[in-house]
Amino acid sequence: MTSPVWQRRRAAAGKVWREFTRHRGGLVGLGVLTLFVFVAVFVPVLVDESALDVTRATGGRLKPPSGEYLLGTDENGRSILALTLWGTRVSLLVGLSATALAVVIGTLVGILAAHFGRWVSTILMPITDFFLIIPSLVLAIALSTVLGGGIGTIIIAIGVVSWPTGARLVRAQTLSVEARPYIERAKALGGGHGHVIVKHVLPSVLPLVFVNTTLAVGNAIVAESTLSFLGLGDPNNVTWGSILHAANSSGAITYGAWWYLLPPGIAIALVVLSFTLVGRALETVLNPKLRERR
Amino acid sequence: MTDFLAPVEEQIAATPPPRRGGGVGRYLLAKLGAAVLSVAMTVVLGFLLFRVMPGDPVTTLNRGRPVSGVELDRQRHDLGLDKPIWAQFIDYVGKLLRGDFGPSYAYNGPAGQIIADRIWPTVLLSGTATILAAALGLWLGTKSAWHRGGPLDKGSVGVALVLWSTPAFWLGLVLMMTIGGWFPSGGMQDPDSPTAFFPHALDVAHHMVLPVITLVAVLYGQYQLVMRASMLEEMHSDYLTTARAKGLRDNLVRRRHALPNALLPAVTQVFMHLGLVVSGAVTTEAVFSWPGLGQLTYEALKVKDLNLLQGIFIVLVVAVVIMNLIADVLLRVLDPRVRAS
Repeated sequence: MTSPVWQRRRAAAGKVWREFTRHRGGLVGLGVLTLFVFVAVFVPVLVDESALDVTRATGGRLKPPSGEYLLGTDENGRSILALTLWGTRVSLLVGLSATALAVVIGTLVGILAAHFGRWVSTILMPITDFFLIIPSLVLAIALSTVLGGGIGTIIIAIGVVSWPTGARLVRAQTLSVEARPYIERAKALGGGHGHVIVKHVLPSVLPLVFVNTTLAVGNAIVAESTLSFLGLGDPNNVTWGSILHAANSSGAITYGAWWYLLPPGIAIALVVLSFTLVGRALETVLNPKLRERR
Repeated sequence: MTDFLAPVEEQIAATPPPRRGGGVGRYLLAKLGAAVLSVAMTVVLGFLLFRVMPGDPVTTLNRGRPVSGVELDRQRHDLGLDKPIWAQFIDYVGKLLRGDFGPSYAYNGPAGQIIADRIWPTVLLSGTATILAAALGLWLGTKSAWHRGGPLDKGSVGVALVLWSTPAFWLGLVLMMTIGGWFPSGGMQDPDSPTAFFPHALDVAHHMVLPVITLVAVLYGQYQLVMRASMLEEMHSDYLTTARAKGLRDNLVRRRHALPNALLPAVTQVFMHLGLVVSGAVTTEAVFSWPGLGQLTYEALKVKDLNLLQGIFIVLVVAVVIMNLIADVLLRVLDPRVRAS
């Protein structure tokens, strides 16, 4: 893998990284995200899983923060800190998987619509526009209701409603790439659809897809928390949304248990904000039109 | 909710500039066609989602009670489930056209009527919030673009991004816990709400404060960033240099020359994101027990009332599609570049 192409790509990646480090917001976001990923991966080492077991909970009911329970306890006497740390895992997992699903659908639809044009585009674009304007939460609610509870359902529901923005972006980019002479050259030399798409279109579309993915993960995490809050989550999995659902349905909010409400919500806001900051910084770096403006 | 963190600048670039010359009629026809197609897709999706996918509706209906095979067949026949799928679809479309969404098992009444009763509160809440959020967002966006790089720009964009990142329901709960004591935190009116118009309106407005603050807080950031990007796009234009060269004050250059041009794509975006408003309203209503379609969704979810959910789904999606069509037509008519031709 030391072909000139790869050397050029590595050099380009190095340049992007140097540009990226000039954006303080993006760097802070990246730092926070690294921390959350670390927690998600190593949480079994940090906090024993038995802390999530209602039957083995040792704390009192809805106790405010103390030396023993730094962030207080829930209605079953479990530590809020332990719940929030464990919630990182599934929340991030759902956010990333749902985004991956949305990105695959969006990229596929965008490239197909632009590359084949005509009737493929005539079929795909109205569908994309339809999914773009409809209230996505309402569709996600409908999907997760009829598919039945579970992490897989939530991932599918969020993925299926989140792809149209990506599809539109990819389509626009593909159209502009395919109008360039080197694509005509590739076709003239006998390059088929597969060759043109994989070798020429994909590499130039991927940076954009990457930016869009970064921005979309935040949305997916908010969507997961919203669906879980509405009671559509999997009761066996601890996510930030499901913690907030429990807080609300157990009456802890009315009771005034701020220590129950704040940690999961702040975690959601921090992660989403970090993804947004990283995404915006990347966007500025990768989009030359924006580089001078901001 | 989906694309509210999407790169707004890209979306602006994707909005094609209106072309000069005729074609307004064709444009309207195309938009109308697209809207009709969207409504059709909604109807098909509603059928597929709620009739075909969830397995046997009769099992759901009996809620696990043991029922004889003969009885099951009778129920299937009553519901028209023994007909072929296309005949069921035609039945379903026919009923929809008559506004019949089937019975609601949780509320013991026709789902259509129950939904109709809840539409007004949702329109009131999301309409008020959209207008306030758009006004705040467009104003802040103009300001921050004009002073870009300055403390006002950085500060207000920062605040907008933070509020953007918080889930609406959580913000609602936090508001309820902190300043909830000063405002009624649930429902739309007091049980003994005065019947005279103005005192009644005042009572409703008082109940609306917290939900509206919540919705505005999560919505306005979107509009601010779109407006900021749109304004930045205009700020390099030659006509602004000309306006300045004429000796116009900075304020006038902004208000009379830059703003009108920047406003059009931004307002288009406001309407394109109505789906977002509806999504936000669903959770906000659930938190504040605002008696609209969002709270109805929340209640229907708890008891798995599929007919009701299907009705709400179709009503909300079709409403957003129609609002989008109206916005498209209005903006096209308002655009002076089109009117002049």
